[in-house]
Amino acid sequence: MTDDHVYLSLADAAGEPDGEARWAYGTGFADPLLGVDAAPPEGVDPADLAAYCLMLGDDALVLSQRLIQWITRAPELEEEVALANLGLDLLGQARRLLTRAGQLDGTGRSEDELAYWREDFEYRNVRLVELENGDFAQCVARLLMFATARGELYRRLTGHADPVLAAVAALGVKELAYHREYAHSWTVRLGDGTEHSRQRMQAAVDALWPWLDELFTPHEAELRLGVDPSELRDTVLAGLAEVLDEATLSVPEAAPRAYVNGRAGRHGVHTEALGPLLAELQVVARAHPGATW
Amino acid sequence: MSGERASWPLYEVFVRPRRGLNHVHVGSLHAADDRMALLAARDLYTRRNEGVSLWVVRSDAITASSPDEQDPFFAPSGDKVYRHPTFYPIPEDVPHI
Amino acid sequence: MEASAEAQSRFEAVVANEQRVEPRDWMPDAYRATLVRQIAQHAHSEIIGMQPEGNWLTRAPSLRRKAILLAKAQDEAGHGLYLYAAAETLGVDRAELTEKLIDGRQKYSSIFNYPTLTFADVGVIGWLVDGAAICNQVPLCRCSYGPYARAMVRICKEESFHQRQGYELLMTLMAGTEGQRRMVQDAVDRWWWPSLMMFGPPDGASPNSERSMAWRIKRHSNDELRQRFVDMTVPQAEILGVTLPDPALAWNEERGSWDFGEPDWSELMQVIKGQGPCNAQRIDRRRAAHEDGAWVREAASAYAAKHGRKGSAQ
Repeated sequence: MTDDHVYLSLADAAGEPDGEARWAYGTGFADPLLGVDAAPPEGVDPADLAAYCLMLGDDALVLSQRLIQWITRAPELEEEVALANLGLDLLGQARRLLTRAGQLDGTGRSEDELAYWREDFEYRNVRLVELENGDFAQCVARLLMFATARGELYRRLTGHADPVLAAVAALGVKELAYHREYAHSWTVRLGDGTEHSRQRMQAAVDALWPWLDELFTPHEAELRLGVDPSELRDTVLAGLAEVLDEATLSVPEAAPRAYVNGRAGRHGVHTEALGPLLAELQVVARAHPGATW
Repeated sequence: MSGERASWPLYEVFVRPRRGLNHVHVGSLHAADDRMALLAARDLYTRRNEGVSLWVVRSDAITASSPDEQDPFFAPSGDKVYRHPTFYPIPEDVPHI
Repeated sequence: MEASAEAQSRFEAVVANEQRVEPRDWMPDAYRATLVRQIAQHAHSEIIGMQPEGNWLTRAPSLRRKAILLAKAQDEAGHGLYLYAAAETLGVDRAELTEKLIDGRQKYSSIFNYPTLTFADVGVIGWLVDGAAICNQVPLCRCSYGPYARAMVRICKEESFHQRQGYELLMTLMAGTEGQRRMVQDAVDRWWWPSLMMFGPPDGASPNSERSMAWRIKRHSNDELRQRFVDMTVPQAEILGVTLPDPALAWNEERGSWDFGEPDWSELMQVIKGQGPCNAQRIDRRRAAHEDGAWVREAASAYAAKHGRKGSAQ
């Protein structure tokens, strides 16, 4: 191998006889939406489908932004890499779902127009994903709750009439299974680790539990699409209880957080945490209207 | 810091790049337990579709030959040329051998 | 370790024959110490280097750029881990190296003590800083110490996307609005000289270089690599349409290379001594993450102690 030219020499390294096997450097990346029919399916109101994709897409986008805030702050370097992977999965889901929403809602908006140019009252994510990060226990608790619920939802959506949503869900179900595994193993380690970590893990679960209910509360567009998230409730709560039990933690008996005039995240009524999150997310894009990046 | 130097133990990571190939040593990482090591190996060493299967093993579970033993271990096989098929001259027109 | 004459000559023969020294081989103490220092510094640089660009992760102006930048920051964490693991084969442990970083006993590349002020900095770091890093790192793929060389092959392959994404971002910005083009030129003006300084002091003032070259840890002198970087970069700057902030930059027909001006070494010395714009901030962040994470690391150890290392969630 010569290093006279940096890129040629990199190519040389790959050409070494044992190069590929030794470095196990992968190939074969695939677009999960390749070849999927983008026409809205028969018998489905495109506006409802767009609204629903926006809800799920905003959940994924806002939670990925929260995970990104952990980068350079994780408790160990291995966890930096892990949290970035989870963030990238969610960001990928968000991009596909927002793109789908823009295709269907009649405005033709791109993922970026939807992400960067909507106000907080136009965001449709549940409030759970927008809350401030808190400590690593809260990061883990939120991941556990979200991944358990969203994984279960995606599992059901793999058979949805919209082929794009079904394809996003089919990849998402695998991604969320890993997120849940990650959060599960950390919940158990922190819950059953030291006395100090047990207290912090319990406190995190207690703090987030009241926000969980929103994930099971149907929005009218969802119901018209034949998806009823309240059907997830028993399965998800049982799954969470199992993990908390293994972690020697107790299941909180906290009442759900109230809505505001009957409205919460799915209708654009958020907590105070979302505004600053979006201000940060959107600041550069909004400083340069019309610019391409 | 609480004077804590009891860091997580070291694990060695092996990846099978594709079905049909051996697992190959790709590096190491720190983890508190086996499951954590496996998840961290997935996150760290398979970010680019590098594999279809992973092994992790505690580094202190590996027994290695030492460089001092290199000659007693590996030199004796050097002269056993009769272990190789090319040692045996066979006329070229003999089929299937 | 007491060196038998035989061990010493075996080591020298391995190095001279372009073979690799492996962890359990005998090696001179100074060779080991040099490698520990260099690999640790390299690993620290990857980890601290996550911060300047990480500063823009939450504000990346498109979701595609956000994903690219996140994957890049993640790679840097991974590269830090590969390098710490290479250092550990020399008998040090990562926790010890991390402590040395945090209390200032070990260094990282000075380039990361400069601030990232606009999103164009993300592109310029990819183009110039990663470009310079690649020039430095590619020869390390043939370093005489096996674990370091192997880590570098993996890192160089993964990093080949880092520089390209930076250049592609800059091309997009240069084809964009007046404001975007101004951002790019401003970022180039700020990063050009610090990038040249990444290759270290001039050869005459680089005391350890000669020995590292003899040991085949280092392959080229600082000035050679710096020249190679300039020659590679000038045509790229022309295509991009930016001006490199060096009036002395001129093609030298005789040498077949670009002549360039002298970096301000006194400024580099200030930054190395800890007076750079971001030295304190970078170390504070790393220390906070490490200390805030202590309870998590202790909990995982306690859990493993209670349940055995196989006892975790299945």
